[in-house]
Amino acid sequence: MSTRLTNLLLPTAVVLGSATGLLLLAGTNPWDPLRLIVEGSIGWPPFEEGTSAKIGDTVMVWVPIALAAAGLIVTFSAGMWNIGIEGQIILGAIAASWVAREVSASRPVLVALTLLAGAAGGLLWGLLVGVLRTAGGVNEIFGGLGLDFVAVSLTTYLILDPWRRSGVASTSGTDIFPDDALLPSLSGTRLSPLAILITLLAIVGVWILFRGTLYGLKLKAVGRNRRSAFLMGVPTNRYLLGAFMICGALAGMAGTSQATGFHFKLIPSISGNYGFLAILVVLLARFRAFWVIPISFFFAMIAVGSSQLDLRLDLSSTLGGVLQGVLVLSAMFGMGWAAFRARRKIAAGAGGAG
Amino acid sequence: MSLELRNIHKHFGAVRANDGITIEIETGTLHGLLGENGAGKSTLMKVLSGFHAADSGEIMLDGEQVELASPEDAIAAGIGMLHQDPLVFLPFSVIDNFVLGSPGHRRLDRRKAKSDLRGLCERYGFNLDPALPARLLTVGERQQLEIVRLLWLGARVLILDEPTTGISADQRGKLFATLKSLAAEGMSVIFVSHKLEEVADLCDRVTVMRRGKVVGEVELPVPPEHLVDMMFGQAVEIRGRYPVPLGISHLTIDAVRTATGLLSEEPVSLDVKAGEIVGLAGMEGSGQDAFLRICAGMRAPKHGTVAVAGKNLTGKHYRDFLAADVKYLPAGRLEEGLIEGLTITEHFVLTGADKRFFVDWAAGRRRAEDQVGHFNIKGTEASTAESLSGGNQQRLLLALLPVNLKLLLMEHPTRGLDIESADWVWEQLLARREEGTSIVFASADLDELLRYSDRILVFFSGRVIGELEAATSNVDEIGMLIGGRTADVDMGNSR
Repeated sequence: MSTRLTNLLLPTAVVLGSATGLLLLAGTNPWDPLRLIVEGSIGWPPFEEGTSAKIGDTVMVWVPIALAAAGLIVTFSAGMWNIGIEGQIILGAIAASWVAREVSASRPVLVALTLLAGAAGGLLWGLLVGVLRTAGGVNEIFGGLGLDFVAVSLTTYLILDPWRRSGVASTSGTDIFPDDALLPSLSGTRLSPLAILITLLAIVGVWILFRGTLYGLKLKAVGRNRRSAFLMGVPTNRYLLGAFMICGALAGMAGTSQATGFHFKLIPSISGNYGFLAILVVLLARFRAFWVIPISFFFAMIAVGSSQLDLRLDLSSTLGGVLQGVLVLSAMFGMGWAAFRARRKIAAGAGGAG
Repeated sequence: MSLELRNIHKHFGAVRANDGITIEIETGTLHGLLGENGAGKSTLMKVLSGFHAADSGEIMLDGEQVELASPEDAIAAGIGMLHQDPLVFLPFSVIDNFVLGSPGHRRLDRRKAKSDLRGLCERYGFNLDPALPARLLTVGERQQLEIVRLLWLGARVLILDEPTTGISADQRGKLFATLKSLAAEGMSVIFVSHKLEEVADLCDRVTVMRRGKVVGEVELPVPPEHLVDMMFGQAVEIRGRYPVPLGISHLTIDAVRTATGLLSEEPVSLDVKAGEIVGLAGMEGSGQDAFLRICAGMRAPKHGTVAVAGKNLTGKHYRDFLAADVKYLPAGRLEEGLIEGLTITEHFVLTGADKRFFVDWAAGRRRAEDQVGHFNIKGTEASTAESLSGGNQQRLLLALLPVNLKLLLMEHPTRGLDIESADWVWEQLLARREEGTSIVFASADLDELLRYSDRILVFFSGRVIGELEAATSNVDEIGMLIGGRTADVDMGNSR
């Protein structure tokens, strides 16, 4: 009965406690920075008039985090620690950038092409991790990490050499893409209804995949016990590759959104580390697809809102990143603690009855 | 050292594994602990060796109460546990294994340790080369290594958990002799087993456990029926075998040989007809597991052919064997059979015939409920695989088998099951056989091999050393072959 409540209250208390502690350590009262983060991301009081640009930014940060998290649920369920998600986002951005720069077509066609190219880029980069794993025996963590570095270097090379800005080569990125290649957005903001739609579809799709399909059940079986699944006749390698391709395609679309929906050009840190953030989101959501929506949004708020910290409170804006890390660690600790307490309670309850 | 357990309680969730256990063990005795699987023996020994904390109760050593919060505490108090699978680090050398658990963290006097090891080996007639990698030791030698290690650490109470699983009759004799001389020196030995004869052979006293309680304690010897009655509450009836008309060849292994290692020396041939049961005997790792894997298509032989129902499947993928109605059930039920975290329903959906993209959960649940009832699985359709006991996991695995099966390959079909569950498993298997399924199974249990097989293939050191008709063979004959002795076996009448 009260176990459910403990499961919720205990982690919350731990999270609030450690966030407060961190902010006190940083030399501020806890309330001001939190209010500033909310104000900087969705306005204070929230959703006031004149805050649409901020909200648009926050939503467009939410899009890549949530898309990558949806993809990661698939690979994690298949038992694959797809740390290569960053590289898959970056390759998606690169592929979308190529289409945006090189192809000319009407806007709907071009937007569709950038999204498809992004998905394909991420898919191939994910597939590469999977092939290294299944055919080469390279652990997906190391393979993925290696390919992350390759992707980052490839971006820098493209920006500084073949795609350098007219006249100057600068790490500030390529030229802005032509208007027709950009994700259509509401006027005066970056907010793109199309990107939101794709993200929600991806989350619902992943939910259905594991809720109602044999493919999802087999992926889960492969993730939990590859050997048993193999003996049951599941082609395990094919399923692992499938998981990487699904995740890579979603990550690639996240990269597209970054390139054509947020920065409007290719920049060196195009992924914004949102792939790594998405890993934390999935761990917090405990693989449940719909929890990705609010948790990603919360992370997006911190990411966008914390830029206000140094301006207004003389705090380093990197505090936002530290805050995200502390929140995740303390939430996981709190959940683990609650689970431990629940187990002990069951044991003690049975003992008392006996 | 005398040992007393007073009113030990240990619960796991709603399961009362130990429900008020009181046992007294005198110095210098060999004390048997007998009970079927799930009786609570292992839990009790884990409490005693500091692995689990008891919910309540006291442990007294030489009249003084001790707190055992960890295995480290237990060994410091003089209680050493020899686990069912000896805790030996295979890549390490014998001497490294020997010193691994020694107290302290910095200084390590290898020279002294080596001479201590030599001394202990000499004293008990063991022959362990300190420099040898532990992976080259037999299971019996690994036990010897564990015993001298525990003695070196100062153990005065020695607990052995099912120590005779997987060792040869020879090694067993040697182990028993060692235990007897240890007891004569004042060591208290607790011998945990579900094998009646062994306890009767070895022990001075025996405590019998059933369902978490002590149900009796007697001075040996007593008539074995008396012990069986205590263990099971009733005498168990041994089921006879009856012939089944054999059909066409379901499995034809022709002159199969691997490139290196097991089964590489001599070709093996075997023909199994529909409705026939072939047992594979041999010490663990003698080649029978490798043979089963070849039959299952998990491993391709270097030479020779494997055919199922007349169709040559040599070198084909495992899934082609599955498609030819071959099913392989390895020994590790939770490692290589079921999937932790998935429910019984999900298992049925995974292995079911319905291959549509969207799962019909209602149908899956109905099938799972039916099968849970039909196979008398203690659990519900929503139970996860790991929440089931070993016997119920085996029931689930049998329930998951496809309806039409030409060939069933099993490793240790009843290992770790109590007699009731084991009988039940064989009832199911014999019913399959009547429907024409051929069964090839490996077992370490000679009675099981003799009782249920039509023919028995005996493996020794990576080759087939004999093929026997079960009806005209006996335990002694198989036992000799398992030990590698062929001289007095007339190979002429075996086939």
